[in-house]
Amino acid sequence: MSVTLQSFTQYAPGSSRKILDNINLTVEDGAFIALVGPSGAGKTSLLRAIGGLSPVYEGHLLIDGLPIGHSDLPKRKTGFVFQNYALFRHMSVARNISFGLDVLPRKHRPDRADISARVQDLLDLIQLPHLAHARPDQLSGGQRQRVALARALATEPKLLLLDEPFGALDPIVRRTIRRWLRELHDKLGLTTILVTHDHEEALDIADRLVVMQDGRIVQDADANTLNAYPQTPFVMQFLGETLEFAGEIQNKHFIPEDTDVLPFPVTENNGKTTVFIRPSEVRFVAHKGAAHILSQTRNPNGLYHYTVKTTQRTLDITTPVITEHAEDEKFGLDISQGKIFPNIR
Amino acid sequence: MAYSIFKTNYAYSMPPDGFICLPMSFLRRHTLPGFPLTFGITLLWVGLLVVLPLIALVVRPWQDGTATILQTLHDTRVLAAFRVSFSCALCAALLDLPLGILLAWTLVRLQPPGYRIITACIDLPFAIPTAVTGITLATLYGPNGWMGKLLAHAGLQIAFTPAGIVIALMFVGLPFLVRTIEPVLQNFPSEVEEAAFLLGATPFQKFYRVILPAILPATLSGFGLAFARCIGEYGSVIFIAGNQPFRSEIAPLLIVMRLQEFDYSGATTIAVLLLLTALICLAGVSFLRLRLSRGLIMEEVK
Repeated sequence: MSVTLQSFTQYAPGSSRKILDNINLTVEDGAFIALVGPSGAGKTSLLRAIGGLSPVYEGHLLIDGLPIGHSDLPKRKTGFVFQNYALFRHMSVARNISFGLDVLPRKHRPDRADISARVQDLLDLIQLPHLAHARPDQLSGGQRQRVALARALATEPKLLLLDEPFGALDPIVRRTIRRWLRELHDKLGLTTILVTHDHEEALDIADRLVVMQDGRIVQDADANTLNAYPQTPFVMQFLGETLEFAGEIQNKHFIPEDTDVLPFPVTENNGKTTVFIRPSEVRFVAHKGAAHILSQTRNPNGLYHYTVKTTQRTLDITTPVITEHAEDEKFGLDISQGKIFPNIR
Repeated sequence: MAYSIFKTNYAYSMPPDGFICLPMSFLRRHTLPGFPLTFGITLLWVGLLVVLPLIALVVRPWQDGTATILQTLHDTRVLAAFRVSFSCALCAALLDLPLGILLAWTLVRLQPPGYRIITACIDLPFAIPTAVTGITLATLYGPNGWMGKLLAHAGLQIAFTPAGIVIALMFVGLPFLVRTIEPVLQNFPSEVEEAAFLLGATPFQKFYRVILPAILPATLSGFGLAFARCIGEYGSVIFIAGNQPFRSEIAPLLIVMRLQEFDYSGATTIAVLLLLTALICLAGVSFLRLRLSRGLIMEEVK
């Protein structure tokens, strides 16, 4: 099931503040995309809009190429998993899962045996086969999460919308469920849109990342493109640790303000600018500056952590690369791998 | 050191500032500072303001002998008044039930414009003197009132009939329902309703299968409170009721009439009866509510 939004704009209730500002987004059939961005970027609002939970908007929302009104939403075959799971507390796990089938009009409703068989299948799928009669309150966060997913899957949706589904889970369960969800997506041929504020999670699971900021889409690309060609400093900062070096371009050379950072040739025109670089891309060049290492530690995850002192500032650099500089040796910083964003100083 | 002295004193003599000598173990279980004092004040308050008058009330009828009591109990007018009081209170509470749920849901979920004004209006019956309510309703629904005239055209008479009583009682009982349901709905995540909607539930199914089970215990206690209040309501009813014996005369009014006739034991007999039935109703509602909330919440213990 494909989803298309064209110049989609939505306002905060009772004000002229835009929650979503001119969103253009296409999600192809079978795609797994992640909406990422900081809190308040409009990710959840966008997901709710796609799910049909915000009936007031400007622009177009097309599902499978057809504009579909708010009213025939159930026919859209959308499964939605809420951040707080929103399970029905007074029903057993089995009744929660079968809810979407129980409320069908009688002539479309499968008979009882079929429903319970389907519930059992789903319980097996979420690996909780023995918990059919438990109440949601008796489950752990990860189990509730999976029940919410099973409930959304019971009506055989084609489009699955997940709002920060891994938020409350511990890192190990997170990773397991993440992998399991991806497999499920491929197995059932779903179109999945996942909201998360965790870029590593998004990079791990999704085919494509849609980075949002202040109600706008900043960049929409796969993980490699995002890493290699971030559109704005925000995207780059959001995807990982970033160091900034202010300076000026003169005659196709970047001259950093910090005298211990080495100039390098660029293609941009003259003017003030800032270089953004991943700490691991910084190289130390001996005998070319007055920077020196204050301290170095080796983290258990195989990375080296250096605290580097230049004449102007102190930098924290975490890198997989080991340097052979002694603590009292002076060197310069080579940042020629960094990125310059035109229009951003 | 100081503690040990205190402890031994405590075990073998009177509690330091307890008003009533209580089992030592109970007082000693609580380590809160000033517990005997606060507990004593609570007991005194409950005893003087609630229990003592009630005992006096229950004792009073017997002072003039059982004959008067039996006479009052056999009085068909008294029985008719009870019938009117209870049936009208039940009708009013039942009619308030859907109204209260709807109002609470609307206020919590939709937060309509003028939300605060509506909330204040719902609380108004708590604040207005009941006599003011009564006289207002009587003028409104009286033969020359705005509503009374309109309804008279349709051939309906509200004032001076049991229907009038029901309307007055509905007005009094409604805030009890709204105010008990509202906080429960507020704590009920709207995502749960949205989940039901997205899973294809019709509005009715959403209400019946998802919202109602969650608010049922609160609704029941609201219903119980409204009902109990309606049974005893006096001021707001008597003006609109017409007070015809056997038709629209309520039991609390009979108490006042008996008192004016200096028939104290008759008045207190009616009062005790009212008290008993109201208590039984409340107990029944709490029992139901307990069972219901067990079904909803306590099942995790199993």
